This record gives sequence, C-alpha cells and structure tokens, in this order.
Amino acid sequence: MTAKIAYADVEVGTELPAQTFTVDRATLVQYAGASGDFNPIHWNEKFAKGVGLPDVIAHGMFTMAEAIRVVTDWVGDPGAVVDYGVRFTKPVVVPDDERGAVIEVAGKVAAKLDDNTVRVDLLVTSGGQKVLGMSRAVVRLG
Amino acid sequence: MALDQSFVGRTYPATDPYEVGREKIREFAEAVGDTNPVYTDPEAAKALGYADVIAPPTFVFSITFKAAGEVVRDPLLGLDYSRVVHGDQKFAYRRPVRAGDRLTVTSTIEAIKSMAGNEIVDIRGEVHDEAGEHVVTAWTKLVARAAEEA
Repeated sequence: MTAKIAYADVEVGTELPAQTFTVDRATLVQYAGASGDFNPIHWNEKFAKGVGLPDVIAHGMFTMAEAIRVVTDWVGDPGAVVDYGVRFTKPVVVPDDERGAVIEVAGKVAAKLDDNTVRVDLLVTSGGQKVLGMSRAVVRLG
Repeated sequence: MALDQSFVGRTYPATDPYEVGREKIREFAEAVGDTNPVYTDPEAAKALGYADVIAPPTFVFSITFKAAGEVVRDPLLGLDYSRVVHGDQKFAYRRPVRAGDRLTVTSTIEAIKSMAGNEIVDIRGEVHDEAGEHVVTAWTKLVARAAEEA
C-alpha cells in the first residue's frame, strides 16, 4: 500500500480533482459482459420501459465503479481504499444517441481519522441530479 | 406478503472458490475505462507491493452478488426477484483482491424489513481467500418493490 498523498498534507475540506465520465449504450454492453450483470434494463429499451423506467439505465455498480476513480486516481494505489459505500438514489438514464449520459464526480475530505486514514465524501450527479447518496470512502494515506 | 423474519441471521454455505484471473481484471478495468496500470501490469503492481495485479475496488461485487443471488432466490424465503432493485452497497476491505486469489463467499441475511409494501433484505457477504484469510466484506441492500394492484 503506497498512497502518493500524505496524510499531513490534507485538511478537512481538501478537494479531490473532479472528473466526468461518459456512458453510452456500448459502455453498458461492455460493462454487462465484464461484470456478468445481464439484466435487460441495462441494454433493452423495450424491456426497460415495460418495467416503468424512462429508458435504459446504467448499472448502479457501473456508476459506483466510476465514482471511486476520483479517489483511486488521487491516491494512486487503489489498494489504499479501506471502506466504500453508496446508496443508489436515482438511475442514470442512458439515451440511444451519440452523446449518452455524463456522470460528474466531485470529492472532498470530510474527516481525518485514525491510522492515517481520511473519509472522502463524493458528490455524484448526472443531468444535474444526484444519482448516488451517502457516497463515502475511507482511504489510507501515506 | 411479508417475508419470514425467521430468516434473519441465517447463513448460507460458502460458495465454491472463484479464481480471479488477470485477464478478467483487465476486462473489468477496460469496461469502466480505468487505465491504472496496477490492474493490468504485474510490474506496476509489484512496485506498489502486490504479488500480482489487483482488481478495482468494486470488482468483487460480481462474485458476492452471485452468492447473494442464491440467497434471494431461496424459494423458502419467497422474495419476488423480478421486482428487486439495488438499494445500497458497501465494502470493507482487508486487502485488495488480486489475480490468483481463490475466493469463497459466505452470505448471511442481516435484516429483513417491510416499508410501504417494499420488502428490504440486507445481505452480508464475507469473502475469504484460499488460506481462509478475510479479504473483504460486502453489504448489499436489496429492495423488492411493492407489486402494483391488478
């Protein structure tokens, strides 16, 4: 475990570099294959609408995977993540067009904890709406 | 119909081992667009002190969710799986998952609640390696939405 960020160098309120992630239908098909989650709400528009969704939606776990990249890119070593949790509050709707959807992720240090760890709170939105709630990671710094 | 509260605390038998492969980790990292070399290059992983490439933090969900699926499909529990959505997800890591791991999952039903007609089931998956050492714990909250009136 070798985080490139030093515990002494961060304060409560320190902002992590924000990132945006684009997701289109091809992304969802690729993620379905890689994760083994073939639920048709993530690739079949007819099925998604049939169960009351506005359109195909991204896998919640895809969004969760993207959100933590703000933390793992910041510390360099993904093995520095000690805890990570989210609540899936709103689906990321992915239209069948050239643009797809955009997931925006911002993070900041919310608390300095024991053993050189800090809690990072993530703000994860798409189309101006919060898509993950209670999105928090504990990460061990150098 | 409310689910049987007597299932709370029930632990299911450990799954057969899942062997984590380098190429499966690569496939997952590519699918989420993450180019961190620690996922694909064993030398980069060694430079950080790992014996082999490690997996992105949420990779292990594929394994724990499969194990959880056996719980929620338990006919005796009687959950309507077609109405299930993912509510919350949390992980606590002892160490990152890495290529070569042979992982087993032991799932326990932590809670069953009923709210506004929705059935909520909390499942904890304990992931252990071949040596029996704890690797990660995954908590998954599943919500079976209330059936609409016919």
